[in-house]
Amino acid sequence: MASVTLSNIVKRFDRTEVVHGIDLAISDGEFVVLVGPSGCGKSTTLRMVAGLEDLTSGEIRIGDRVVDRLEPKDRNIAMVFQNYAIYPHMTVHKNIAFGLRMAKLPKAEEEKRVREAAQILGLTDLLDRRPAQLSGGQRQRVAIGRAMVRNPAVFLFDEPLSNLDAQLRAQMRLEIKKLHQTLGTTVIYVTHDQVEAMTLADRIVVMRDGRIEQIGTPTEVYRTPASMFVARFIGSPSMNMIPGRVEAGEIRFDGLPPLQRPGGLESAGGAVFLGVRPDDLKVAADRPAGAFAIEARVEVIEPLGPDTLVYALAGSRELVAKADSKVTLHRGDVVTLVADSGALHVFDAATEQTLRRQEAR
Amino acid sequence: MRLGFDPRRDPRKILIWTLVALGGIVMIMPFLFMISTSLKGRGEVYDLRLIPLAPTLENYAYLFRESRFLRWFLNSFAIASISTVSVLFFDSLAGYVLCKYKFKGRQVVFVAILSTLMIPTEMLVIPWYVMSKNLGWLNTYWGIMFPGMITGFGVFLMKQFFETVPDALIDAARIDGLSEFRIFWEVALPLVTPALSALAIFTFLGSWTAFLWPLIVTNSASNYTVPVGLASFSGEFSTEWNMIMTGAAVATIPTLVVFILLQKYIIRGVILSGVKG
Ligand SMILES: Nc1ncnc2c1ncn2[C@@H]1O[C@H](COP(=O)(O)OP(=O)(O)OP(=O)(O)O)[C@@H](O)[C@H]1O
Ligand SMILES: [Mg+2]
Repeated sequence: MASVTLSNIVKRFDRTEVVHGIDLAISDGEFVVLVGPSGCGKSTTLRMVAGLEDLTSGEIRIGDRVVDRLEPKDRNIAMVFQNYAIYPHMTVHKNIAFGLRMAKLPKAEEEKRVREAAQILGLTDLLDRRPAQLSGGQRQRVAIGRAMVRNPAVFLFDEPLSNLDAQLRAQMRLEIKKLHQTLGTTVIYVTHDQVEAMTLADRIVVMRDGRIEQIGTPTEVYRTPASMFVARFIGSPSMNMIPGRVEAGEIRFDGLPPLQRPGGLESAGGAVFLGVRPDDLKVAADRPAGAFAIEARVEVIEPLGPDTLVYALAGSRELVAKADSKVTLHRGDVVTLVADSGALHVFDAATEQTLRRQEAR
Repeated sequence: MRLGFDPRRDPRKILIWTLVALGGIVMIMPFLFMISTSLKGRGEVYDLRLIPLAPTLENYAYLFRESRFLRWFLNSFAIASISTVSVLFFDSLAGYVLCKYKFKGRQVVFVAILSTLMIPTEMLVIPWYVMSKNLGWLNTYWGIMFPGMITGFGVFLMKQFFETVPDALIDAARIDGLSEFRIFWEVALPLVTPALSALAIFTFLGSWTAFLWPLIVTNSASNYTVPVGLASFSGEFSTEWNMIMTGAAVATIPTLVVFILLQKYIIRGVILSGVKG
């Protein structure tokens, strides 16, 4: 087990720089998820940690060793790939044992580790099969098994669940989390699925265009997004964004009533965006004092079971809100959408950064 | 075998089948004549009937006892085998590097290799000859073999096939701790066996039937390959057709064996490469 430290990592492919100086300190045993849209450099960053890609500049430490010049096999890491990457011409047993054989482990120890891993992953009965005779979930389990038996200091996962269907993905997600709790190994996990990020991570690293946008626990990233990008990317459906202007101590909107300037706002004038999560924007019967409230007309209703998503028009602006499923709503109803003032986010329209002081960090 | 249709009910099918059958007969006739002629005595050679009047094995006996056919056969076999092994190894190695490694000038190298495909043997024999003469390779096995030890076609074929091996598999092997050569040998190569079998067939048969260059480079009967040897049965004044046909009949056997053997691998290879991921 080991900590991982990235210092000012830069990666250039020919002329194009795709990772622009990443700093990240991961502590021993931590589960860190790199999340971001396609092409933001998640895989490239992970592959640099693995040693599959050279650094253009910067330094990577695993434990207290600088690993920049080491071969992947000497870095004490193991990696699981999106498309399984298990050897099609070898049995499950051989696939799992292959790395150990390369490391010239004693036969008995090799067998013991393979059996153990197979036991944990439920592969015991499949050890003599070939990958072609396995389902997608089983193949990914083999890939995880192959990583496990190496007893690595760090597990690297690159979108390991993307090729699985939704149900299996949820199940494997749980298994990976359990595995981490059992083994306690440091994990760096790449995904573009924010649900995976939220559910698995001790800390989430939100990336955008080769830079880190925000690092924080799932709750921090969800509750106090540092920028509009993070606010939109984390949470589903996306945060509502309402353009407005800060003027004379209040925020004014086109076609909406002005809002008392929320407390804790850093001094700013000019254009802003007011952000409020659908989860925080409730369809309410009355208008509680001091809260943010908007009148809106119901357009579309999506029942989710425990509650209902409500797409409503406030003026010409579409907002997404939540209603208790016990409340009966109809298309065309005019409702009051209410949010606690503590749940409001204000972003500078120019820099897209939050104007709220970062609390409790 | 179950047919998906009843040929009696579909006249178009009858027509197609008839044409295919005729085509088959046309293809197989020369072979039948070859075997038939090899079984004929000297007097009967120019009699074109298919079933010999007095079938005899004396041509075969003569071929193996009196001529140097066995020597030629072994020459051909050794040369074809060595060329095939060499081509499989070096062409797949070059194809793999061109496919999986990104380096400066990769495209240039690839195009240069491809362009060698456009030059016909007939144009190359003169430079080959000059080269062999200067290096003392004339009338040697190496002289016969060297032009076919690495082929542009094979490099091209293998490069294309290595595209089907996922890069992640190679990365996984790197993490598993394999050296670059062992990744090629133990991970990538087993996944392109269909291409290897196809290339093996092409190469072996190409070498087995090569005529022009072996004819030019050899000058003593003990170094002849089968085609050159058979041609020597055709003298200045007479041609021993029965001997040529007998030699050709025997020479067909390895071709058939190679094909039958490797066809099995092709099918197995296709099943293997059907594996996802
Ligand atoms: N070998 C390469 N050569 C050139 N450019 C590359 C190479 N690999 C990646 N890139 C570029 O680097 C950028 C980041 O790629 P990367 O694969 O890290 O993205 P990602 O965040 O993993 O995206 P995804 O979610 O689609 O996997 C992309 O713009 C990509 O085009
Ligand atoms: Mg990626």
